[in-house]
Amino acid sequence: MIIEIGHYALVLALATALILSIAPVIGARRGDAALMALAPLGSVLQFALVAFAFAVLTWAYAVSDFSLRNVWENSHSLMPMVYKLSGVWGNHEGSMLLWLLILTLFSAMVAVFGRNLPDTLKATVLSVQAWISLAFLLFILLTSNPFLRLDPAPAEGQDLNPVLQDPGLAVHPPLLYLGYVGFSVCFSFAVAALIEGRIDAAWARWVRPWTLAAWTFLTAGIAMGSYWAYYELGWGGWWFWDPVENASFMPWLAGTALLHSALVMEKREALKIWTVLLAIMTFSLSLLGTFLVRSGVLTSVHAFATDPSRGIFILAILSLFIGGAFTLFAWRAPQLKSGGLFAPISREGSLVLNNLILTVSAATVLTGTLYPLVLETLTGEKISVGAPFFNLTFGLLMIPLLLAVPFGPLLAWKRGDLLGALQRLYLVAGLSLLAGLGLFYAEHGGPVLAALGLALGFYLILGALADLWYRANFGKLAVSIAFRRLKGLPRSAFGTALAHMGLGITVLGIVAVTTFQTETVVEMKQGQTAEAGGYTLIFDGMREAVGPNFTEERAHFTISRGGVTVADVWSSKRLYTARRMPTTEAGILSFGLSQLYVSLGDPMDDGGIVVRIWWKPWILCIWGGALVMMLGGFVSLSDRRLRVGAPSRRTKAVKAQMEPAE
Amino acid sequence: MTRKQKRLAVIGGGVGFIMVAVLLVMFAFSQSVAYFYMPGDLSAANVSPGTRIRLGGLVEAGSVVRGAGSTVSFKVTDGNASVPVRYTGILPDLFREGQGVVTEGVFDTGHDFRADTVLAKHDENYMPKEVADRLKEKGVWNEGEGAKR
Repeated sequence: MIIEIGHYALVLALATALILSIAPVIGARRGDAALMALAPLGSVLQFALVAFAFAVLTWAYAVSDFSLRNVWENSHSLMPMVYKLSGVWGNHEGSMLLWLLILTLFSAMVAVFGRNLPDTLKATVLSVQAWISLAFLLFILLTSNPFLRLDPAPAEGQDLNPVLQDPGLAVHPPLLYLGYVGFSVCFSFAVAALIEGRIDAAWARWVRPWTLAAWTFLTAGIAMGSYWAYYELGWGGWWFWDPVENASFMPWLAGTALLHSALVMEKREALKIWTVLLAIMTFSLSLLGTFLVRSGVLTSVHAFATDPSRGIFILAILSLFIGGAFTLFAWRAPQLKSGGLFAPISREGSLVLNNLILTVSAATVLTGTLYPLVLETLTGEKISVGAPFFNLTFGLLMIPLLLAVPFGPLLAWKRGDLLGALQRLYLVAGLSLLAGLGLFYAEHGGPVLAALGLALGFYLILGALADLWYRANFGKLAVSIAFRRLKGLPRSAFGTALAHMGLGITVLGIVAVTTFQTETVVEMKQGQTAEAGGYTLIFDGMREAVGPNFTEERAHFTISRGGVTVADVWSSKRLYTARRMPTTEAGILSFGLSQLYVSLGDPMDDGGIVVRIWWKPWILCIWGGALVMMLGGFVSLSDRRLRVGAPSRRTKAVKAQMEPAE
Repeated sequence: MTRKQKRLAVIGGGVGFIMVAVLLVMFAFSQSVAYFYMPGDLSAANVSPGTRIRLGGLVEAGSVVRGAGSTVSFKVTDGNASVPVRYTGILPDLFREGQGVVTEGVFDTGHDFRADTVLAKHDENYMPKEVADRLKEKGVWNEGEGAKR
């Protein structure tokens, strides 16, 4: 019964979305306050209905109600409760419902926190949000309904795909979706601005917190996904340039560009048209990602069930929104007047460079991801575009960007002093080079490029610190005064520095791992030893164990350094009984920032077993850097000037510059 | 610089950067794209030794031989022809005889295929898409078979 109520709540949400997508936007055009007032109310109601439906589905998973087809296919009564709950989004239908839940959550948040948005803008934005939720509600109800029943109800479920039974996966999709879908708010604001034909610095100030929040969550989601792939798949890789990974990475690149161009627009009223375009592109890439993953054109862990009607439906949504938005853009954008001139060498100029490189590299990733699909459709030839392509193109394109990052914050708005910035970064560059070379010799080996790569990482970190140093004017003022100045700096300055530092840390990790990691594949018998990263591993033998829904063969290793035992680790191969599916559970040990990664292969006839051992120097920097970037995002978000809802259109001061409505 | 010159410089720089990116993409495509073949296509395709390709098909029953250390040899077949493959490393969890695989690597001067990557993905019913499509064409395998539990 409760299941049917949940289903019904979704239908009611559809009706709400229908009203919401029409009434407020008409109200905004006619200046009808009553119609516009429907928007916030409807958005909150819509969220409540979807949340209820989601809660019902979660409940069905919690109590293992196998009369629900979706639960039967993806759950098992013996699974631990955490995985029963995360199983809700470990499948196609449930994850689409999660997508929708987060979309409506963002609408409701705009409704609640956007108190000081002009009524017409708010009504239009919420209507545009409702267009998106309407499309996805239809998609869920017509092609991917999680509330379908089975009669008679089976006694036992088919279990969740074992690689998804993992704490990392419990949080990865929600974080990723918070990012993906968060960009819908930017999209809606952009479309609303085009409909209204008016855009100014205040618009950028309203959009920026949403962009920042979405970006922060997307960063977290991608990092989490990468870490999950690293430890769960047992291949020791942390990024595969898999189309599904690219699908989440492209919106991140575009979103990063948006974050920076919105800054220019907010501070200098320049790059308006570009920012609007970028907001549309970012969410389009999110939609494209959803399409690539959900439609079944790609095969991967993420593409659960494939059903051609779903693919066509999502493709229709995709073309409708992207095509519609770009048409609207082509029609209305010429009416938006751009303002704020600046010299090529200036803060704006450096942010334009940032945008140029980020969008071009996003386009490169897009080309590499779609080219095989396009070629197959056109000629029937099947090719694969793998890591070498992306490493070459994306890697090279990133270098000028990384070199430019520390310059940006040091240049003044409007007209900057490149020579001055260069002089300030002299020391930073020199120190980084020294540090890079020092480490290179300490680790000895690897190509010379590694030293430069490490230096680049240090240069980013020190460059971010140098920005704070010069802002507080250390070195010129007395230390105590400089400290006071440092404390007085806006939070967003710290946010910027942290995000740039995080980038540097990630670069360090990537360079260190790709150049200094060692991989050993050996056959081991009980009592034999192997070496990796200066540590000695002793294979102590195998043992069988039984988990709640799996059996496993566990191998025990004792790890010593210089004859002293420092740690021990289990590595195992599991067999999930319901699906008869084997998985590898790698044994991972952290030593500082580095890790030892032990994964088991096949048992040999003579009682030995193949063992693969990696030494991964500094690998934790990769995700640690992402965490620091995230922290930067949150620190920036906590800036009073940026707080969601805080900005208001400075009616008196700005009025003169505002563009006329038509 | 006048305003016009400045604008030209900026636009020129931007266009130049995009051109470099396009050239880079084209170069990378020419270098690193691997074509997909089934064993039966190879006689017609004339793949020279050292060219990187993807070879897909089913693991021939009874062909898996574990050599010294972690070297494994097996045959990939599509029902018409089969190709011996050698691989050093740990096979994916779902590698089994009769299962679909995609291997990536190069032919050595003999007629052995040296794979450096073996893919058999994370689903017990998974059949690599390329392999499934082609096997269906040839009638060796059909959808229902793989979906049996």
